[in-house]
Amino acid sequence: MNLTSFIAMRQEIFLLTIILLLIVGEIFINKNNKGRIVHIAIILFGIHTILGFFAIEETSLFGGMFRTNTLIHFFKNTLNVGVLIVLLQSADWIQEKMVPLNKGTEFFMLLFSSLLGMYFMISAGDFLMFYIGLELSTLPVAALVAWETSKRISSEAGVKFILSAGLASGVSLFGISLLYAATGSIYFNDVIEVLTSTNLTILGSILFFVGLAFKISLVPFHFWTADVYEGAPIGIASYLSVISKGAAVFILMILMFTVLKPLMYIWENIIYLIALTTMFIGNLFALRQQNMKRFLAFSSIAQAGFILLGLISGTQLGTATVVYFIMVYIFTNLAAFGVVQAISLQTGKENRDDYNGLYRTNPNLSLVMMLALFSLAGIPPVAGFFGKFFLFAAAASKGYYLLVFLAVVNVTISLYYYLLLIRAMFIRKSDNPIPFFKSKIYMRLGLIITVLGILALGLYSPLYDYIFELSTIFNK
Amino acid sequence: MIAGISIYEIFTLTSILFFIGIYGFITRKNLISILISLELILNASAINFVIINKYLYPDVLQGVFFSIFIIAVAAAETALAVAIIINLYRQISSVEVKDTEIMKY
Repeated sequence: MNLTSFIAMRQEIFLLTIILLLIVGEIFINKNNKGRIVHIAIILFGIHTILGFFAIEETSLFGGMFRTNTLIHFFKNTLNVGVLIVLLQSADWIQEKMVPLNKGTEFFMLLFSSLLGMYFMISAGDFLMFYIGLELSTLPVAALVAWETSKRISSEAGVKFILSAGLASGVSLFGISLLYAATGSIYFNDVIEVLTSTNLTILGSILFFVGLAFKISLVPFHFWTADVYEGAPIGIASYLSVISKGAAVFILMILMFTVLKPLMYIWENIIYLIALTTMFIGNLFALRQQNMKRFLAFSSIAQAGFILLGLISGTQLGTATVVYFIMVYIFTNLAAFGVVQAISLQTGKENRDDYNGLYRTNPNLSLVMMLALFSLAGIPPVAGFFGKFFLFAAAASKGYYLLVFLAVVNVTISLYYYLLLIRAMFIRKSDNPIPFFKSKIYMRLGLIITVLGILALGLYSPLYDYIFELSTIFNK
Repeated sequence: MIAGISIYEIFTLTSILFFIGIYGFITRKNLISILISLELILNASAINFVIINKYLYPDVLQGVFFSIFIIAVAAAETALAVAIIINLYRQISSVEVKDTEIMKY
């Protein structure tokens, strides 16, 4: 191993450099010009995102602790694009609300640290790196959830998040210790060779699963989701719902398809059950939500249930569909959250009834929201339809027809509450509608990228073929 | 290795610690007590790693290193949790769970 092999982790190193540069900027930039940090951070991260697209070879570093290959690299780029959109959408909020309180720079530093943790988590080659990555990705977000220290609701969300995150990682850790007892190694490559299906490994892997299920907010571990999304700043809620969830799904998929492959017959039953309960509970609770953030929280729980349909197949098709769906989901959900954030920033309104008559006053925002909701519900021309269709195809290819049928029932339920919002925006009249406003350039840019992403992913099919090719790596 | 004590006894200890932690986490009504229960869970895992390493696979030190990292991360987690709880305490002058809840379903 020599210095050039560090090129394999250039994404991590560059992101770390950005964090350090921001610390220097925080020290040396005059107090009156702190607003510049927002621009600097976004530009630096934009450069980072673009640089990330240069290809990378399959490598493993530090004796196998850190590994990367084309699929992992591709997924990191996807996360980068998602975080860039989150930053663009939150920029105005930081500029107007946080910079006057002198809390602008830390926001970026914590967010980037969390992203760094996710890089290490999805590149992990052993359980130690995985655990550190998981914690590094969770703890800064907990600080960010409780970021608005003057708001009581934000602190409450922070407490709920950090305590449930701690419980989940603790249980997961106990599971890892049992796997270590059974196999004698924490390196994935060694574990693959010796792992057999015994009671100890089954218990260990189920406990291990809990930690990730918490991050994906699957049903028995979803109680924190709605409260945290409601209390957290909207940018952080959107970050939690797409980036954090996407990274956790990805590493769970890699581990299930490679390391824990001998236990696949148990996973199938567990995931069958959890997918069903997650979809039903997410959808049924979403029906009764008035607050937009809680509504999107339960909708994101339901979407997590759909993602599990791709995991259950355990084939190349499964890998490709899950990665594709996460990409679709990043653009779609960020579009929905972006509209909520734009309206919340201008007017402070977050309830569904406030959206009555939105189309008359703000047609563009309503159209973006409509596109996002159609994509979430899975209506054909947009990306969400293909994402769901491929997931269902992956599950059906293994013969889970009943599960697919129940999933389709759930799509129908979800269509009802998505259409409720569309009805509020387009058909209902309001005496006191949200007045017309024009968002700033960053927010508009963020929304435009999401709209382009939704349309492009739906209409440009070679992208899916590309992902499908990449997915051979984990399904030899 | 400790003379006269087999790995089963230590496993029993760590399992009991782990489940006391889970029980405490669910039933305690005070945020600080919940945090202490959390520490029990993490420490049960840390002990597990050390003894598995010592009793079963003594030639490589993977488990011991893992437990060092667990202790460090647990400290960071506790510090952050306490900071958030203190911030909540400033606003509602209480760390009881029942006073915390304003968001439900």
